[in-house]
Amino acid sequence: MSAETRPLTDMLSADAMARIDAWIAKFPADRKRAAVLSALRIAQAENDNYLSEPLMKAVADYLEIPRIAVFEVATFYTMYHLERPGRHVVSLCTNVSCMLAGSDRLLQVFREQYGIEPGETSADGRITLKEVECMAACGGAPMCEVGQQYHENLTTESLTTLLEGLD
Amino acid sequence: MIDIEIDGKKLKAEQGDMIIEVADAHDIRIPRFCYHKKLSIAANCRMCLVDVENSRKPLPACQTPVADGMVIRTASALARDAQKAVMEFLLINHPLDCPICDQGGECELQDVAMGFGRDVSRFTEGKRVVADKNIGPLIATDMTRCIQCTRCVRFGREIAGIRELGAVGRGEHMKISTFIEQSVDSEVSGNIIDLCPVGALTDKPARFKARAWEMRQTDSVSPHDCIGANLHVHSVRGKVIRVVPQENEAVNEVWLADRDRFSHHGLSGSNRLLAPMLRQDGEWRETDWETGLAAAAEGLRKVVANHGGVELGALASASCTTEEYYLLQKLMRGLGTQNIDHRLRLGDFSQQSHEPLYPELGVDLADLELLESTLLIGADLRKEQPIAALRLRKATRSGRVVSIHDRQVYDNFDLTRDIRIDTGDYLPRLASLASALLDRIRDQDGPLDVRVPDGVDQLLKDYPADDEAASAAEIIATGERKAVIVGLGALEHSSAGHIKRMAGLIARLAGASYGQFSHGGNSAGAWLAGAIPHRGPAGAEVSSNGLDAKTMLTQQQQGLLLLNTEPGKDSAWPEAARQTLEAAEFVVSLTPFADDEAFDYADVILPVGGFTETSGTYVNVNGRWQTFRGAVAPPGQARPAWKVLRVLGNLLELKGFEYVSSEEVLANVQGRLDAEGEKVRPKWQCPEELPTGGRVPDPQNIYAVDHIVRRSAVLQATSDGQDRSAAKRPNLSPFHNIMGLP
Repeated sequence: MSAETRPLTDMLSADAMARIDAWIAKFPADRKRAAVLSALRIAQAENDNYLSEPLMKAVADYLEIPRIAVFEVATFYTMYHLERPGRHVVSLCTNVSCMLAGSDRLLQVFREQYGIEPGETSADGRITLKEVECMAACGGAPMCEVGQQYHENLTTESLTTLLEGLD
Repeated sequence: MIDIEIDGKKLKAEQGDMIIEVADAHDIRIPRFCYHKKLSIAANCRMCLVDVENSRKPLPACQTPVADGMVIRTASALARDAQKAVMEFLLINHPLDCPICDQGGECELQDVAMGFGRDVSRFTEGKRVVADKNIGPLIATDMTRCIQCTRCVRFGREIAGIRELGAVGRGEHMKISTFIEQSVDSEVSGNIIDLCPVGALTDKPARFKARAWEMRQTDSVSPHDCIGANLHVHSVRGKVIRVVPQENEAVNEVWLADRDRFSHHGLSGSNRLLAPMLRQDGEWRETDWETGLAAAAEGLRKVVANHGGVELGALASASCTTEEYYLLQKLMRGLGTQNIDHRLRLGDFSQQSHEPLYPELGVDLADLELLESTLLIGADLRKEQPIAALRLRKATRSGRVVSIHDRQVYDNFDLTRDIRIDTGDYLPRLASLASALLDRIRDQDGPLDVRVPDGVDQLLKDYPADDEAASAAEIIATGERKAVIVGLGALEHSSAGHIKRMAGLIARLAGASYGQFSHGGNSAGAWLAGAIPHRGPAGAEVSSNGLDAKTMLTQQQQGLLLLNTEPGKDSAWPEAARQTLEAAEFVVSLTPFADDEAFDYADVILPVGGFTETSGTYVNVNGRWQTFRGAVAPPGQARPAWKVLRVLGNLLELKGFEYVSSEEVLANVQGRLDAEGEKVRPKWQCPEELPTGGRVPDPQNIYAVDHIVRRSAVLQATSDGQDRSAAKRPNLSPFHNIMGLP
């Protein structure tokens, strides 16, 4: 809304801008809004894996949509982080299948061993826990995703080992 | 038309109508929260589930189009079960704080829960709690009460055009919020208070002041712009608590500008004048009406006796009632002077004899939303007539708008051409545009369907069409429904008379309607009642023209009567006005306020009521006469201004001041109109040449347009009131499937 907001072109690399423009080009000229998911994903990757307030504003202005419209998307999808996450983002599913298969016990592992609740980052900055909705792996419930890798049929022991193995 | 059946009633319906629309039209009540006739369909609350024959499950009435032969039951066991189940879900998280909720008693959730809720909750888990947000001085939030109907979000997106609220988060964590934490700055933000079906968004200044069932409702009309938005004034024990919209499709639909809704705090929350005041030996002393009125009458008489009628004048704001204008001009003309005016912001009176009977928009407000092409000249609708901006925004869904203005204005609709010019360039630019239109007409084969008035070719020969003019001309000459509209910025221009004539020419050449917005809430009434120096009531001829507002204020004047105006703030010449008023021999001011600037220069100050405290009539920019009654009595000894003027007339022994009600005054005005109104039929005349250069006064802030708005503390606390409006316009919300359009 005012001069303090830097344009997106100043915040991202030329390569990232080119990829965003490629997405925008896939849609009609007056529907730049359609590129918001991709734009946020590309922007996040270049910003320490999170979407800062100025970055979201810049994306909104670049796509010529209201800022709140970007904020809605960024808060809806769990793959967007609004705060700087730890080195590893662990997305733990707590939907019906996983819940029935014991995801509550897995949450407890995070509480006891790292002292963190969903949305928090461990003190050593290593692990950020996110509670997410179904990731379509009910057959392997309970499950979590670390980075972009699924880990299924978890037990408290296998989860503990998995977390300890992260650098 | 197709045949359907709802609850056993055979009905005709239009193909494409939704079930809920047909039911509403036939008074069949279907419960709902998210559906609103002026907003797009969201179908997210599921409250309106109904039983449709041959459907496997209940369907949302708001989103199910009718089909031929459809049989719908809104209260069958299946429908009722579905509605009750939805109600139970909605009440899972809604708090039971009705006794301390301002919405209690007028709450859609409360009403529907009475009909469809269970008496006991099966839900024993904790309810969710949502932190409240501070979204500014006008709207109180209690977000825990929100049922996520998203009406407020859709209002911003679709109607206001600048979207500030959104649904943030997901699932149970979803909440209505702004981007990070910021205030809602729209000039029509208050409408989300009415839209909210629960107590999540309520009128902040009216919070905890009264319960819905204690309040008395009086119909009224907003005095702050020439739209004349219809109001319901809600009062308790003689005090106005709040103002809400009165639905009128022809005027304000269901909306109000914040200025209409919150201005009453300028009357109820300000320093009111409770008794007549007299300046004696330089000191202000309270007095009674008899003494005050006698002093006023004596002062006026003395000015006439010592200096003649030409030294006496009257100035009224552009928001007085028609009755007040009529009595004021009768008083002045009775005293032998034609010096009366309400046009305190205008700078060019040279063409006033060419003006029509009263300022008119040329197109019905309701038809603004149908315009295919519109030319705005010096108009800032969003800040000047916010309700008209909402209408024109709807038109821009398919129509095109060209705006010519001497400063950057931020509309809430997209402009096809945004032509920025210097203040001195209005006339050359308009002339060039007229040339372009003329070229288009001449380029067509076959006979011309527009008669080009004599002298136009000669006038325009120095202003050939350039590319910009040609492209703008292409837009404004295309389509069936076209309008040329002059806004307040151009009206205040020092060559406004010629600007209007050129605008009239452009309209004629483009086959468009021609009209203007006007200042205040009742400029039209002022013209019709004769509160102008060159015409009497109903446009009657006067023996000689009196002085206009600018001349009265910028040149010496010995006696002045002020009605509901502070020329040092209302006029376009604040410094000169103050000097004139301070130098005048005698000034009497009729004002509601004890902190009126008149205390610096007047000799007698008489307390009068504001728009919620008097009966009267406003005439809007479509010539719609809207009569209203007072909602509450004026405080202290203050009286409606029409009564004060009437008694002044009696004291001055003038003829024809025997009225006992404002209706009698109105009948008098209307009688004059029937007799004479038709005589004023100005013809468009070609000017011989166009003046060059010109200036405009500084624009008025949206919340500084009259003495009442200026005193509304809540409006002054908004970012518009603080002049903190964004330096750059936020991105407009694109159109979605907006309802209520053909």
